[in-house]
Amino acid sequence: MADDIQALSAAAAAAAIADGGLARAELFEHYRARAAADELNAFTWVAEDEPTVINGPLGGVPLAVKDLFCTEGIPSQAGSKILERYCPPYTATAVANLAAAGAPLLGKTNQDEFAMGSSNENSAYGPVLNPWDRSRVPGGSSGGSAAAVAAGLAPWALGTDTGGSIRQPASLCGIVGLKPTYGAVSRYGMIAFASSLDSAGPLTRDVTDAALFYRNLVGRDSADATSVAFPGPIDLPTSERLDGITLAVPTALVDGEGIEAGVRESFEASLETARELGATIVGCEIPSAPYALSAYYVIAPAEASSNLARFDGVRYGLRTEASTLDAMYTQTRHDGFGAEVKRRILIGTYALSSGYYDAYYGRAQRVRTVVSRELAEIFTKADFIATPTSPTVAFRLGERTADPLAMYLSDLFTIPMSLAGTPAISIPSGLSEGLPVGLQICGPAFSENRILDAAHALERAIGFDGAAARSGGV
Amino acid sequence: MAKAELEPVIGLEIHVQLRTATKMFCGCALGFGEPPNTRTCPVCLGLPGALPVANAEAIHYGLLIGLALNSTLAPVSTFHRKNYFYPDLPKGYQISQFDLPLCSGGKLGEVNIHRVHLEEDAAKLNHVGVGGRIDQANSSIVDFNRGGTPLAEIVTEPELSSAEQAGQWLRLLRTTLRTLGVSDVNMEEGSLRCDANISLRPAGSDQLGVKTELKNMNSFRFIERGIRAEVERQRALIEAGEEVVQETLHFDPRSEAITSLRSKEEAHDYRYFPEPDLPPVVISESMLSRAAAELPELPAAREQRYIEQQSLSAESARMLAWRAELGDYFDAVCEADRSLDAQAAANWVAELQGRLGDQEAEDSKVSASALAQLAALVASSKINQGGARQVLDQLVNEGGEPAAIVADQGLEAVGGAEQLAPIVAAALEANPELTERLRSGEMKPIGVIVGEVMKQTRGRADGEQVTALIREQLGLS
Amino acid sequence: MIDRDELLHVARLARLALDEDELQTTAAELSSILDHVATIDELDLEGIEPTAHIGDVEDSLRADQVARSLPREVALAPAPAIRDDGFLVPSPQGE
Ligand SMILES: [Mg+2]
Ligand SMILES: [Zn+2]
Repeated sequence: MADDIQALSAAAAAAAIADGGLARAELFEHYRARAAADELNAFTWVAEDEPTVINGPLGGVPLAVKDLFCTEGIPSQAGSKILERYCPPYTATAVANLAAAGAPLLGKTNQDEFAMGSSNENSAYGPVLNPWDRSRVPGGSSGGSAAAVAAGLAPWALGTDTGGSIRQPASLCGIVGLKPTYGAVSRYGMIAFASSLDSAGPLTRDVTDAALFYRNLVGRDSADATSVAFPGPIDLPTSERLDGITLAVPTALVDGEGIEAGVRESFEASLETARELGATIVGCEIPSAPYALSAYYVIAPAEASSNLARFDGVRYGLRTEASTLDAMYTQTRHDGFGAEVKRRILIGTYALSSGYYDAYYGRAQRVRTVVSRELAEIFTKADFIATPTSPTVAFRLGERTADPLAMYLSDLFTIPMSLAGTPAISIPSGLSEGLPVGLQICGPAFSENRILDAAHALERAIGFDGAAARSGGV
Repeated sequence: MAKAELEPVIGLEIHVQLRTATKMFCGCALGFGEPPNTRTCPVCLGLPGALPVANAEAIHYGLLIGLALNSTLAPVSTFHRKNYFYPDLPKGYQISQFDLPLCSGGKLGEVNIHRVHLEEDAAKLNHVGVGGRIDQANSSIVDFNRGGTPLAEIVTEPELSSAEQAGQWLRLLRTTLRTLGVSDVNMEEGSLRCDANISLRPAGSDQLGVKTELKNMNSFRFIERGIRAEVERQRALIEAGEEVVQETLHFDPRSEAITSLRSKEEAHDYRYFPEPDLPPVVISESMLSRAAAELPELPAAREQRYIEQQSLSAESARMLAWRAELGDYFDAVCEADRSLDAQAAANWVAELQGRLGDQEAEDSKVSASALAQLAALVASSKINQGGARQVLDQLVNEGGEPAAIVADQGLEAVGGAEQLAPIVAAALEANPELTERLRSGEMKPIGVIVGEVMKQTRGRADGEQVTALIREQLGLS
Repeated sequence: MIDRDELLHVARLARLALDEDELQTTAAELSSILDHVATIDELDLEGIEPTAHIGDVEDSLRADQVARSLPREVALAPAPAIRDDGFLVPSPQGE
């Protein structure tokens, strides 16, 4: 029975509960026990009992939630020591929406501290291991969410993506990750990294699960002034063909250095599959893409330096006592933040400081305009942009920690969409050396329905099997 | 080298707490002396994950202020973050406005407005001194009830030239804001707070000297005294050949001492950048028309009305229009007795205010109807000016009815030819030498005769009438 | 390139204490990151408007309606130090 449950996608589990073939409590306990036995360090907190479940379209399928979402009375630490054991007095809108739709909270998942990282090695609560190979990283920053879903410790998980933090770990763990259009999902209660880039989205086993999850996640929230109503409902995808669809491939970017041969092979095979499904493949240029990375590493740290100023030891979280206010501030922040967070706070503070604003922040915002224009231009001629999600498969733990810049290059393909606020999905495209490779499909703002449809068609044709990882998490 | 005359250049920055129901960026009700930390929520405590949403009514109040100050209203206005650490600032930044404020330019009275922008107030810090343990340093306690209260910051151009002018202009501004109904404008309670930028320059120069900023003065008198003291301090420095240092200062109204608030090495670098959590505010046609429709009669218009419709002198009109409370009191006096001459009523209101100092007329023991009665008694020559002043003194001290006071104290005017003529005649008779001099055209001694009559009537005669009778009895035309 | 004094200034603005060895490594790391970021200079951005917000939000304002505040004990619960129903901090004037 346990194996049967484990084999069900979230949508299938919800259907089984709905038609009486599966008891909701049994499903919850199945995943609760697996999450509690987690050997990947994917969870930072696991529910002891099933919470009150609301009957709804998510059918009682339990939900893993990235640590940085506030959950009332439950630790919400954002992977940081400065928030150790912090329990907020309110729940994030995204989590509340999913709970209201019938997805009870299973646990909170590990992440890079304040979502800053691409390997999950920047967590104050230890690194997360990749279920495909425990000597490797799961990607980041939503590494705990991705590993939990890939290892079958959770049916699905909520993550956040600022520069690739849903898509890249989904890619490295062989699952589906959707980064929404900026503003489509409320950020209220999401502990902020870079406010103008942050978005919340699903990490799931397959595209149908992603659509089911996402349709209950979107919506205008009056508590988030940047949130917008999604135009129309999110449909469950049915497409099996790509006839009439044009996929644009940014040739120079994809052919550039730093991309592993296995990744390129898998990507080319995916394009071939797309062609067989009826799609047209064309080349395109995103000339600003290399600069997008630079712009991102100015904008995100700048906003983060301000967003993280509230961690000052006064109202919540860690405080290192000192006799003067200044010593209390500086020592608290020294002790509470990890190295990567400090690095980005310093870069961001520098980029905003007087005399440097125009050279760094101002220019980066202009690059953002250019990137958006270039993507918009491509979308006048093509339905989607396709790239590998990550230039590499999961790398070894510790392999890149010494070189922050090399780590930043992991996000080369995901960052342009983050800057432009456009939606993108990562689906597994195959294996390279036994490790998953991800395919990214990006469309214009609010094209999630079309993206999900195309991803669904490709998913069926590719036939990726993630079962190998799902036995390895406990 | 001959010393050039130094002239002060003063600019004002006024923070006005807006009287909305809720805070600037969250739904907490504004605090009015509730127990500490009972008006907070995730947003105004700066909890992780909380987001600001701007209060539409605060924007509306901002537009009203902009219209009243003849500012240019921005079609699109943005919020910025002003980053600095302080325990009263929960997020580590204040949400304020920077390059696209709600209102730009404008003019009130003779003073040009630089800009008006919206922002959030800081929380309240209470310093509690040394803590329980001997090795503990001074502590403070933070109360976030006030944190997040909407503020309009009004910045003038640096073109005021004296403490008195600054004080007078601030009264006009306060009246304007009170008339708009956007704020309680209570300086003692901090709903109107004023900073002054002060520098000196050689008279006639168009260059600005090094300025200092005098912070948070909470009454008109302190503002005037503070500015005066700082102008004198700078004057002394410059005349001694020393330099004024740009710094933030505090004026202690008790000791009149001026002290530096922040050390120089704490260089400010607020790292302003656009607040990513708040989209630009687009000022719609309907927002503009609503603000325009709600705009009440403002002091300038009221001044005009007093001059044109009630024929008040320019001086009276301004005094009453610029101090709305006084103007309202004046209106009540006129309303109480419609037959009164408006200028006479205005004069009596001024006479009353002169006796009240900082107290408002409406809060005094003198009701508007009592003052109207008093003015009517004078107008009908029932009492003379001197008697009326005596009545007013008693009204101010004890209140009461003017007619009763007059009767009680026997202050009725001795008037009319039949009453006064014999007294005048007796006075002339008693002073034959002076009478002779008067007859010969030397008018100087007339004062002595008038004084004699006043003495006989215990001051209740009308001086002008007495003079007329003297002339009449001596056959002088 | 960022030198030691600039780094100290920025750390001061950010209220971050840095140990001596953190200072050394951070200066080098920041410099390499900033050098990479400086490649933006190769782009011609003349006449390009900056993007601060993505997307258009029609009505982002909030009606002036009172919502319930947190009970005081809930607001104070996560505080590291409290006294007299408030958040206790070393005094900013004590320096
Ligand atoms: Mg201000
Ligand atoms: Zn609040």
